Amino acid sequence: MKVKLKIDREESLREKVEELSGENLLKCYQCGRCSGGCPSIASMDLIPNQVNRYIMLGLDEEVLNSKTIWACASCFTCSQRCPKGVNLPKIMESLRQIRIRKNVDIVSVDELTPKERMELPTIALVSCLRKMSS
Amino acid sequence: MEIPYYPGCTLKTTAKNFDDSAFAVYKKLGIELKELPRWNCCGTVYSLTSDDLMHHLAPIRNLIRVEEQGADQVVTLCSMCYNTLAQSNLRIQQNEEERDKLNEFMYKEKVKYDGKVKVLHGLTVLRDMVGYDKIKSQIKKPLDGLKVAAYYGCLLLRPKEVCIDDPESPTIMEDLIRTTGAEAVPFPYANECCCSYETVSNKDIVIERTRMITQSAQAYGADVIITSCPLCEFNLDNRQKEVRKKYPDHVDIPVLYYTQLLGKALGLPLKSLRFDLNYINPRELFK
Ligand code: SF4
Ligand code: SF4
Repeated sequence: MKVKLKIDREESLREKVEELSGENLLKCYQCGRCSGGCPSIASMDLIPNQVNRYIMLGLDEEVLNSKTIWACASCFTCSQRCPKGVNLPKIMESLRQIRIRKNVDIVSVDELTPKERMELPTIALVSCLRKMSS
Repeated sequence: MEIPYYPGCTLKTTAKNFDDSAFAVYKKLGIELKELPRWNCCGTVYSLTSDDLMHHLAPIRNLIRVEEQGADQVVTLCSMCYNTLAQSNLRIQQNEEERDKLNEFMYKEKVKYDGKVKVLHGLTVLRDMVGYDKIKSQIKKPLDGLKVAAYYGCLLLRPKEVCIDDPESPTIMEDLIRTTGAEAVPFPYANECCCSYETVSNKDIVIERTRMITQSAQAYGADVIITSCPLCEFNLDNRQKEVRKKYPDHVDIPVLYYTQLLGKALGLPLKSLRFDLNYINPRELFK
């Protein structure tokens, strides 16, 4: 078995996420209750508890390139129910912010059709752009 | 009694039916919603990262506008505005260093904000300030026989620090429904997220969620769903047309703001309730 040890000393994703979210990832004991109640799970590639685990394992690219962080609707169901008090919405937001702060736009107004722009209420556009554009 | 009122963007545009019906309903119940003379968009979502203070400026500025009116409380009707204002306010109350920093950012404001304004939601005003007994006594056209499902969604209930009732088993809307003579039908999707802003970036998940939520309410016997969030309203109401396209056996169920339902029972003129702006026509319900 090959074991890859990472010893580069740039700030790791885990450190960055812990700093931005104020959460201690070690608190998570992988019970999966967060994922059990997540409304968005059908459009996720990593389920919410996996996000925590992947960060711990140093699988940075997998997490940062996952669909999950954009599928999260910030509904606070997982944090409400987590028996260990882990605030996953904050972890998800940190991951989105790490991407967005590199000028990544997942959604941009220009890509919406005129019909969508007419139909969608302000509240939907503002909240989505706040979450998914730089 | 007068209360400063923060409408937020959507109540002045696509959710005008919420705004208009609320003015009429609260007035009838003795509460004058006094719109703040100046206000700005709160940003709709509460920023969750520890270093992002900038995005708390918008909600806090609105609370400064409230203090400028000499008031110490403000009411809002939109669940997202409520959540954002209340969470930013809480953060300011609990963190002195951040409070100072934010006030420094806003050095041009005359008021130094210290977290004293109370952020209220329209539903708690009805429960705690008007009282359900009083509402009951004012009902002119009881909605006997109508079965109503209350959809809470997320932001009235979570996180628990800003929750307006019990976070897992709320009854504030069911109790309100009962004052109108209608029957409140609890259903298991009442606090389940509709997937919110994903309606812009990933419409499919919202179509699925809308189907689950609306069909669950119907399975429990509901004739109509009520809500207090313009984004939930859009998802549950307008997106049913996409549900119908994908699942032709879907049967539409109307979605109303709680103020529209209450207004109807209070016997308010139809033109103040603006049923014309609801996507699925609710008029049939009241024939
Ligand atoms: S519910 Fe909490 S402890 Fe359980 S897997 Fe999710 S984050 Fe970890
Ligand atoms: S906040 Fe995000 S991850 Fe948590 S339950 Fe809601 S959608 Fe899922």
